[in-house]
Amino acid sequence: MDNIAGTRSSLVWAVHLAVVALVLLWTVPTVGLLVSSFRDRDQIATSGWWAALFPAEERQVVRLAGAGDQRQEGDLWVIEGTLIDEGTLNRFGTSAREPFAHAAGETGTLANGGRVTVEADGRYRAEAPEPFAERGPRLFVAVETPPRFTTDNYDRVLFAEGIGRAFLNTMTVTIPATVIPILVAAFAAYALAWMEFPGRALLIAAVVGLLVVPLQLALIPLLQLHNAVGIGKDYLGIWLAHSAFGLPLAIYLLRNYMVGLPREIIESARVDGATDFQIFVRIILPLSFPALASFAIFQFLWTWNDLLVATVFLSNTPEQLVMTGVLRELLGSRGGDWEILAASAFVSIAVPIVVFFAMQRYLVRGLLAGSVK
Amino acid sequence: MMQQLIMAGGTIVVGVFGCVAYFFAANLILDRIYPPRGPRAGPNIARASAIRPWLFLLPAILLLGIYLVYPVFVSIWLSLRDASGESFVGLANYEWLMNDGKFRESIRNNFLWLLVVPAASTFVGLIAAALTDRIAWGNFAKALIFMPMAISFVGASVIWKFIYDYRGEGREEIGLLNAVIEALGGTEQTWLAIPFWNNFFLMAVLIWIQTGFAMVILSAALRGIPEETVEAAILDGASPLQIFLKIKVPQIWGTIAVVWTTITILVLKVFDIVLAMTNGQWGTQVLANLMFDWMFRGNDAGRASAVALVIMILVTPIMIWNIVNARKETR
Repeated sequence: MDNIAGTRSSLVWAVHLAVVALVLLWTVPTVGLLVSSFRDRDQIATSGWWAALFPAEERQVVRLAGAGDQRQEGDLWVIEGTLIDEGTLNRFGTSAREPFAHAAGETGTLANGGRVTVEADGRYRAEAPEPFAERGPRLFVAVETPPRFTTDNYDRVLFAEGIGRAFLNTMTVTIPATVIPILVAAFAAYALAWMEFPGRALLIAAVVGLLVVPLQLALIPLLQLHNAVGIGKDYLGIWLAHSAFGLPLAIYLLRNYMVGLPREIIESARVDGATDFQIFVRIILPLSFPALASFAIFQFLWTWNDLLVATVFLSNTPEQLVMTGVLRELLGSRGGDWEILAASAFVSIAVPIVVFFAMQRYLVRGLLAGSVK
Repeated sequence: MMQQLIMAGGTIVVGVFGCVAYFFAANLILDRIYPPRGPRAGPNIARASAIRPWLFLLPAILLLGIYLVYPVFVSIWLSLRDASGESFVGLANYEWLMNDGKFRESIRNNFLWLLVVPAASTFVGLIAAALTDRIAWGNFAKALIFMPMAISFVGASVIWKFIYDYRGEGREEIGLLNAVIEALGGTEQTWLAIPFWNNFFLMAVLIWIQTGFAMVILSAALRGIPEETVEAAILDGASPLQIFLKIKVPQIWGTIAVVWTTITILVLKVFDIVLAMTNGQWGTQVLANLMFDWMFRGNDAGRASAVALVIMILVTPIMIWNIVNARKETR
C-alpha cells in the first residue's frame, strides 16, 4: 500500500541499506566470537578475528642454517634447507635496508659475497666462496598463510575445562524447571479464566503485580528457608525456585490465552455434563498448546541463561556449576584466555540459539500475548 | 554423572505425575464428599464448585506465596537487622545507604540506565520494525536482529568484552572497536575504564539484546493499524515519513508504553552484564550488582536486603500501573 504513495526507488535503496547496516551491527559481534573460537591462542592474541577470514601476509626475520650444516661443492660452500612450515613465501630480502627486494624464485646477494635463492615453498639454497659463519645469515621474508582454523579449543573446553560437565548441569537445572511450572500454571490459569469464585479479580491483579517483583528480594530469605528445611544448596531447591519465579508469567500468558477460547465450546461441554476437570484436560489443554509452547520456550531460555538464581541456590562445585557460572569464573580469573572463553561462550550460546531459531514462531506469539493489549 | 541425569529425569516424572495425581485425586475426593447426584445433588454441586477453583489454584498459590510474597516481608524485616540478622538495628542500614559512595554511584548509574536503555531499545526497535516491514527479506533480517534475545547476559558480555578489548599502543588491536578507531586514524581507548562513559558501553550490550524484543512487538502493532487511516493520509498527500510519524506512531503509543516499561523493569534487575564486564569497577556499579556484592562478598544480609528493597521501591510504580491497566482490561 505504501507503493501507492509513489515511493521513490532511491528511498527503497536507502531502506535496504539501512536494514543491511542494522543486521550487520546486530550479527557481527556474535560472528566475531564464533570465528575466534576456531582460532588458536597465538592467532587470537596477535591479530583481530576479521584477519582470520583472509589469507594473512606475515613478515618475519629468519636465519639460514649455520656453519654446522654447510657442505663443500667444488670451491663453493653450500647450505640448503627450508624456511617455512606452511603458506607461500612471496618476497624476501637480504638486507634491512631493502627487506623485501626479491620475489620468490629470484636470487639475492648475501653480505659475505655469496648468493641465496629462495623458492615460494620456502626451500632455499645459499652458496658462498668462503665458509659460512657459526650463525647463519639473516633473511627477511614475507609469508602468506591461508586462513587456519582449529577445533582444539572445543576439544579442550568440552573435555578438560569442565564445560562438558557444566553443560550437563545446566540441562539438569533447565528441563525440570521448564516442565513443572507449566502444569501448575495451566490449572491455575484455567481457574482464573473460566471458573467463577470470589476474589478472582484480586488474584489476577496479584499475578500481574508479582510479574515484576525483583528476584533480588527473594534470594536471601529463600536461601535461609532452604537451609532451615534441609534442602540447602541442591538441585531440588533451584527447581522449586525457578518453577515459582516462572509462575507469574506462565499464569498470565496462559490465562490471557484461555480467556480468548470460544465460550460456546466450554458451555456446551458443561451442558453435556462434563466436569471442570474433564473440560480442562480434554478441551482447554489441547487448545492451549500454542500458549503452552511459548511459555515453555521463555522458561527454557530464561533458566538456561540465568546466572543469578544458579549462583545463589547451587553450590560452586563442579557437580553443580552451570555454564553461565563457568563463563563468569573464566571472565574473572582467566580473562586473557580468549580461546577458552570464546569456545566456552559458544557452547553455552549454541543451545538457546538453536531453540530460538527452531521455535521462533511460538516465541513471537507468546511475546505478543504477553505484551500487546 | 549418569546418576544426576537419572535424578533430573526422575524429577520430571515425579513432578509431572505428582501434579496430575494431585489434581486428579483432589477432584475425585471432592466429588466423593459432595456427590453431584442423589437427593442433595443441588447444594452439593454448588458447594463443590465453590471449592474446586481453590483446588486448581492451590499449588500455584503455595509456590507464589512461599517464593515471591513471603520473601518481600522477610526482606523488610532483614533490612532492619544487622549483618547476620541477629539483632535489631532500626534504620541503620538505610542510613548507611544514604552515606555510602557506592550506593550513590549505583543510584546515579541506574538512573542513567533507566533513561538510556529503554529509550534507545524502543527507538531503534521502532525504526527496525518500520524498515524491515517494507522489504522482501524483512523476516530474515528480523530473525537476525532478534537473535541476541536468546543469548545469556554473561554470553553477551563475553561477546562485547571482545569488542571493547584494548591491547595498548604499538600492539595490534584485536578488539573490533579499537581496530575501527585506529583504522579511522583515532587513538585506542580502554573503553571499559573511561569514567562515566563506560556506563554507556555497558548499556550498549543490553540495548543490543533488547532491541529485537522491541522490534518484534512494535512490528506486530504497526501491522495491526487499520489500513483506512493510512489510505486516507496517502490521499491527502502525506509523505511516507509523515505517515509514519503522524499517523502510525500515535496509534501504537499503548504498545510503545508496554515495551518501554517491560525493558525498564529488566534494566532494574539486570546485574549479569555489570558483574561480568567490570564488576562495578571504574564507576559502573548498579543497584542489582551492589546487592549481589553485599550478599556474597560482604556477607551482610541487612545491607543487601536494604538495597534489594530500594530496587523493589523503584519497581513499584510500574507494578501499580500494570495492575491498573490489567484491571481495566478484565472489566
